[in-house]
Amino acid sequence: MAENVWILGIHMTNFGKHRDKDILDLGSEAAIGALQDAGVGIKDIGVLGAGNLMGRGGFGQLLQKQIGQTGIPVYNVTNACATGATALRVAIMAVKAGETDMGLAVGVEKLAGAGLLSGNVRAAEGGHWVRDGRYGAVAPLDGRVGTETMPGVFAQIGMEYGHRYGGADFELFAGISEKNHAHSTLNPKAAYQKRFTLDEIMNDMMIAYPNTRPMCSANCDGAAAAVVVSEAKLRTLSLEQQRRAVKISASVLTSDPYQEACQVLPDVNTLTRQAAATAYEQAGIGPEDLDLVELHDCFATAELVHYDNLSLCEPGGAVDFFKSGAPWRDGRTPVNVSGGLQSKGHPISATGIANIWEIATHLRGEAGERQIADAKVGMAHVIGLGSACGVHVLEKSAL
Amino acid sequence: MDRIPLVDYLVLGDDPHLVANECTSCGARYFDRRSACASCGLQDFRTVEIAGTGTLRSFTIVHFAAEGVEVPFVAGLVDCDGTSVRGNVVNVPPDPEHVTLGMKVRLTTVPVGTDEAGVEAVGYGFEPAS
Ligand SMILES: [Zn+2]
Repeated sequence: MAENVWILGIHMTNFGKHRDKDILDLGSEAAIGALQDAGVGIKDIGVLGAGNLMGRGGFGQLLQKQIGQTGIPVYNVTNACATGATALRVAIMAVKAGETDMGLAVGVEKLAGAGLLSGNVRAAEGGHWVRDGRYGAVAPLDGRVGTETMPGVFAQIGMEYGHRYGGADFELFAGISEKNHAHSTLNPKAAYQKRFTLDEIMNDMMIAYPNTRPMCSANCDGAAAAVVVSEAKLRTLSLEQQRRAVKISASVLTSDPYQEACQVLPDVNTLTRQAAATAYEQAGIGPEDLDLVELHDCFATAELVHYDNLSLCEPGGAVDFFKSGAPWRDGRTPVNVSGGLQSKGHPISATGIANIWEIATHLRGEAGERQIADAKVGMAHVIGLGSACGVHVLEKSAL
Repeated sequence: MDRIPLVDYLVLGDDPHLVANECTSCGARYFDRRSACASCGLQDFRTVEIAGTGTLRSFTIVHFAAEGVEVPFVAGLVDCDGTSVRGNVVNVPPDPEHVTLGMKVRLTTVPVGTDEAGVEAVGYGFEPAS
């Protein structure tokens, strides 16, 4: 077994509109923040995992021009909404493999005002029908053969769970959003920090039934970065650094294995279940040991299925799990105490490191007003459609 | 008038139906062209007809879409006798009172438009079966 890897420093920028900052400003702020938090400098870093989805590519090297060109290997990665988690895993794997004893991962996105993220852009009409692509389509299929919009795809994922197990109606999904928006009022870094009533959520603009606008993740700008270190190196650092370090007891990335319906509706369940099962095994814990969970609530309908996929409840029991109050911050398994993507915001490539920051901040006892008391173990989950799923289990330092 | 299907896997004519490429080894079905089977990796496919009736296993009512897409519309996932099919639910008011999980639906054709040569493109959808 390769040696343990720890988070030595971690930082996330405020999420929201950053009109005067580009991806390099935001990425630098996160990276420098993480290095300062770690108590190390750029010259201590031996590998850089860099995540940015919507930019022009080569983000890692561009970032080095801002924070230090030290000649280390840079891995520019993209993996949809799991891009940040993938960048982090690159740094973790390099340390685990013994190539270096310290790595940096950065994820950044500028998305404020991006509007609806859709699968295709409709081509102009007219001319002659021409068969195109692997379906031989003579016209764009979005809107003609189902939907390619993210709110619509994830609405169907939640509704399918409802069809299988029952009890998942519009009001239940809206209730999940009510919880996350309520949680966000304690998070000064969240893009939106406003509480909504159930009525307000259900009567807001319908995007893709049953997801209304507040039930959708908020497009915004933001960045997050983490410094990871080998356990051997950590033991040579100061007691304060060792006390604040957070153990990565599991780090898992999966892709979606073949399932019958996956060609017509992406299956976000199987790869998440497999990632979670592997993570519990790696960490040697079970779901009952988790003090808090940050899961990928890109839409309210997605959060429901992941209660089940992450085994926070019995198979088929996600509706009862939510109705019991378990995922509220004072419940049995607090979920998305950050406010989740629906209120904290979802700057795609930052998300998979920002959720680690949230967990780490609680484990360090530094979460201020929203601190989950005595938190020792937490899980962070992201999923990028296509699909990629990242699950990390983090543990408080024993010092 | 000439007609062309919206997608290769829609067969027009007196009895419009959908077809799929079925893996001859494991039976996995694909509506698009595949290099090899995503389930078992083998490369031999045959064309099979998909059942024209099914059960609505999931849906969403899209109110907000890319420019040029008419809203609201119902996007659905239909279980056609064991094969999952993506398609709009049509000929029904697009609201949760009329569209329900588990409802029985059947395949129907939907006009898409006519090009400059007068060729009509025809798509498909699913309508309530009762
Ligand atoms: Zn096969």
